[in-house]
Amino acid sequence: MSQILIRFVVRGLVVSVFALLGDLLKPKSFAGLFGVAPSVALATLTLTVAKEGASYAALEARSMIAWSVAFFVYASLVSWVMMRHKPKALWATICSIPVWLCVAFGLWYLWLG
Amino acid sequence: MQVKIDPSALERTKWHEYVVRFVFGGFITAAAGILAKEYGACVGGLFLAFPAIFPASATLIEKHEKEKKQEQGFDGTERGREAAGVDAAGSAMGSIGLLFFALFVWQFMPRYNDWMVLAGATSIWFGFGIAMDTSKANLMGLNGTH
Repeated sequence: MSQILIRFVVRGLVVSVFALLGDLLKPKSFAGLFGVAPSVALATLTLTVAKEGASYAALEARSMIAWSVAFFVYASLVSWVMMRHKPKALWATICSIPVWLCVAFGLWYLWLG
Repeated sequence: MQVKIDPSALERTKWHEYVVRFVFGGFITAAAGILAKEYGACVGGLFLAFPAIFPASATLIEKHEKEKKQEQGFDGTERGREAAGVDAAGSAMGSIGLLFFALFVWQFMPRYNDWMVLAGATSIWFGFGIAMDTSKANLMGLNGTH
């Protein structure tokens, strides 16, 4: 339980720092890079390397490739919808998550499964 | 492209907005760890960078841009949503950099020093993101105007 709590705090902090950087930087298209920063990946991989070893971390990184493609599709869709139809950002981002899930798990099934 | 630091963004962000990001980020990444433990590294890896802070960040950008315009006497709704859309486009470009980050870690982690590989992969992601954004700005004739 304490291990989960430590992970929660460490990762929450890392994600918050990257988000803060995204707030501070202009233009917004550059700041957007920090929205998809490997903050989560870095925090998780660092702990994984320390606990499970490099081979296990490499396996996780391989899955991240599928995730990256899925996120590219997701973020492009959100951007297109926001620019063209201008809905509320919360709706556009939440409603597009199923697209991310479909692409991510589709790739996982075809390539890694 | 001219990258600038805008400290006024810190004044516009309220403390509870930081808390939301902290909880979102912590929860999703802890969940990724639990999934990896339960179902293996492949499934866990998929969630390593789940769009954890994206909805929260996009909402905050929309809100802050809207407030900025309202201070100038405009409605600001449309401007706020456009800003969130531009941020999403930046994130899409960043995800291509992240793909190379993952490729680098996957290929080199088992053979070289772990921390050097992580540092190298992060540099690749960052450099790639800057290169992509600069190319886009040049193509569109933008120089930090958005």
